[in-house]
Amino acid sequence: MSGRFHAVEIIVNGEAVRERVDARQSIVDFLRDHLGLTGSHVGCEHGVCGACTLRVDGVIVRGCLMLAVQCDGAQVETIEGVSDTGEIADLQAAFEKRNALQCGFCTPGMLLAAQELLRRGGVPSREAIRTHLSGNYCRCTGYQAIVDAVEAVAQARAEGRQ
Amino acid sequence: MKISDDVAPGLSALDRPNSYIGRSVPRPNLARLTQGRAQFVSDVALPRMAHVAFVRSPHAHARITALETAAANRAPGVIAVVTGAELAKVITPWVGVLTHLKGIKSAPQHAIAVERACWQGEAVCAVVARTRAEAEDGCALVEVTYKELPAVTEAETALDPTTPVIHPALGDNLTFERMHTAGDPDKGFAEAAAVVEAIFVFGRHTGVTNEPRAIVADWNPGEQRLTVYHGTQAPHMMQNLFAKHLGLDEHQVRVVTKDVGGSFGIKVHTYADEMAVVALSKLLRRPVKFVADRIESFVTDIHARDHRVKAKIGVTNDGTITAFEIDDLTGIGPYSVYPRTSGIEANQIVNLTGGPYTCPNYRARARVVFQNKNVMCQYRAVGHPIATAVTEGLVELAAARLGIDPLELRRRNLIPDDGYPCSGPSGIKFEQLSHHECLAHLDAMMNYAGLRAEQARLRERGIHRGIGFASFIEVTNPSAAFYGVGGARITSQDGATVRLDATGAVICHTGVTEQGQGAEAVVAQCVATAFGVPIERVRVITGDTDNTPYGGGTWASRAAGIGGEAAWQAGKALRQNVLAVAGSILQAAPAALDIRNGVVVDADSGRERIGLDEVARIAYFRPDTLPPGFQAELMATRHYVPRAWPFAFTNGIQASYVEVDVESGFVTLIKHWCVEDCGTVINPQLVDEQIRGGVVQGIGAALLEHCLYDEHGQLLNGNMADYLVPMAAEMPDIEVGHVVSPTADSELGAKGAGEAGTAGAPGAVMNAVNDALRGLGAPAITAMPLTPERILRALGRV
Repeated sequence: MSGRFHAVEIIVNGEAVRERVDARQSIVDFLRDHLGLTGSHVGCEHGVCGACTLRVDGVIVRGCLMLAVQCDGAQVETIEGVSDTGEIADLQAAFEKRNALQCGFCTPGMLLAAQELLRRGGVPSREAIRTHLSGNYCRCTGYQAIVDAVEAVAQARAEGRQ
Repeated sequence: MKISDDVAPGLSALDRPNSYIGRSVPRPNLARLTQGRAQFVSDVALPRMAHVAFVRSPHAHARITALETAAANRAPGVIAVVTGAELAKVITPWVGVLTHLKGIKSAPQHAIAVERACWQGEAVCAVVARTRAEAEDGCALVEVTYKELPAVTEAETALDPTTPVIHPALGDNLTFERMHTAGDPDKGFAEAAAVVEAIFVFGRHTGVTNEPRAIVADWNPGEQRLTVYHGTQAPHMMQNLFAKHLGLDEHQVRVVTKDVGGSFGIKVHTYADEMAVVALSKLLRRPVKFVADRIESFVTDIHARDHRVKAKIGVTNDGTITAFEIDDLTGIGPYSVYPRTSGIEANQIVNLTGGPYTCPNYRARARVVFQNKNVMCQYRAVGHPIATAVTEGLVELAAARLGIDPLELRRRNLIPDDGYPCSGPSGIKFEQLSHHECLAHLDAMMNYAGLRAEQARLRERGIHRGIGFASFIEVTNPSAAFYGVGGARITSQDGATVRLDATGAVICHTGVTEQGQGAEAVVAQCVATAFGVPIERVRVITGDTDNTPYGGGTWASRAAGIGGEAAWQAGKALRQNVLAVAGSILQAAPAALDIRNGVVVDADSGRERIGLDEVARIAYFRPDTLPPGFQAELMATRHYVPRAWPFAFTNGIQASYVEVDVESGFVTLIKHWCVEDCGTVINPQLVDEQIRGGVVQGIGAALLEHCLYDEHGQLLNGNMADYLVPMAAEMPDIEVGHVVSPTADSELGAKGAGEAGTAGAPGAVMNAVNDALRGLGAPAITAMPLTPERILRALGRV
């Protein structure tokens, strides 16, 4: 069985992590179970709901569809990391102010997905925001408040009011 | 969209300085959720914690003839392999019946199937291991031999004499039946100029909470206590059930509920696999964790709404409704779910159908039958979406038949706003509703006349748009009439305890729970307002049976109306207690003092007298300076339960505007409106977002969601790729309006708002689609979800 385990080095939220991981373990399970980074959530484990959304080398991925071994040598960022850097502080504040979350289980993934859109700059249309977020499932809000919050941040950033 | 700062509305009788009633105060618990620093049960890890996975029956109905566990027992990491028979020695079975649903019957259900599995997905063996992955590896090594039994899958034939009886001891497959007649329906139909009949079919669907069901049970033999971290809506109910079936006293069980990743009624029931987890912890004397994976969720989370309703309405030529009649049939799986039963949804349909209207003539029959599919039970807006879609579907079909505008037909039949108090045809009691004012508000808000003109213009260009409505009523603030009178230990009262801490801040413990609706915010608003402090000085603690007043939790839209009122009363009581201390310190009459913005002031002049921090300092650290015989009481508890009315009914009306592509059958939702009356609005933003989220769940029912079973009882689409849920791209913006008719049963006057959206949306969307198709020769579509296939079939295009 030992052949299943592989040494990896992953930079997680800026910290180097050296671990032996089971080849079958997803990166989100690795983050949650080995590192205690429970902000990335597991909702469906088949790549549909988006609750496990993470950033790997700057690009959002489904944490349930990527193996930990595939992240060897990569930079992985989670909601805990981007919260601490302040990168999405304005987006988080807008979500809180607009009540763009209810149970909050989808929220970390939703924020990272929205930030990817916002990083492209400009003010996307509501339709474009809805389309961009259409891979992230929210059962509570009905999405309108989320679209409002993302739109408000896009406008604020475009006006330099961040 | 710019998010504007909240502005306090004009002062009402409730308003004092620091009044937060009626203001969109942000929820205090959101930052931990946006930063990924919440604690969901799926995040909980305890020392020595083991993980369980279940071997589940692949058959809808099968006898377990052999169960070979040796190989699984030897697998790496496996701690124990436990069968149903072994676990039955630890935890007793249960029967999901209530005495006020006369004649309801069910069979004993075990935590893990013993000898026989009755639906695809029922657990037949547990494997406990160091990790979930190792537990799943162990499950793959358990060899179960099944003898397949005939599966009863169709509700329509479940009662036929030739259909096998699932539980022979019960005699037949009938769980529950209710008949109800009011007025003279035969006379009503005889007087009708037109009788419109339809069969409404509702697709079985489920809650799909984003966080699946999750539980961590920790039996500590040293303390003889069981601590259960549980994603539940009703901690005290679960405390009772865990204790009862494990043979413990209630005080030996603590249920802790922190963040819950969505509930919607899914997490308010007794699940066999969760009962197995607490029993396994007791058996193995260590913490055991279970988090359902999504595939398990689809075959074990309760399903709902699998109803077929034959219905008819009688109307005179002037549009007066003369009679309603329904015959509802629903299949609820092999067991009535414990402890709330699976008879409630059908019972609600009988209660609610025709409820908005004056028509006194009503005949109803509801039959609930067993079948070999996953269990069904109460999900958000229990029964309402069905009763509303049937009633409102009939009303719009009748309007079309008579050539009367559908809003006008409603105006002629809705109970007049000055006609209260009164009763509905099923005997339900209304304190004060506002159907006509809501309708008028909606008419203006959506520019109905303008939309009709636009619809006609576009129709000339071959674009088929439709407008549909649904007036509705909603059961909220349930009294003991819901469950208590039927013998269930599910409390309808709730409590709040507020305490002044040693720095003058307020800690509030409440029996209601938070699953995202905003209960913590609402409770904080009530306490801060009643007591007189900035809301930032109130900390709310929920979800811990060791540390909160005994309460019912959050379901049936009860948190604000019942939990909020208890918090309001507790805040007022603490205020009196603190003013007594301040009066003692200041040598002033307590009645001449007030608490404003966290400071004790002269009631008349507002002059600041002493800060709450100083009151607390003296009371806690220098009580020796207080007058002899005076004892400061800086903690107060109050409870509340609705007494004057069995339920606080709310009402409202929704409208849907859709476009149907007659080539593809696809429906585009252009806009949706809801005007509703939940009494006093404590937090407008939270109410609006409850409505919006509820509407979208209702849209899912109308257009997308369906648990598809084959004739063998196999779920065909039990995963998130094949079971469609509403996603951002296809959902519309939703405009929400309010009419306010407070209940006089409480000082706050708040009713519930959690289910109004889900109650009305399916009927409104169905009516809008049929309005779009009107004139194209398609028969009305009365089967949900309204899929492109069903639309194209109605149009005769496939």
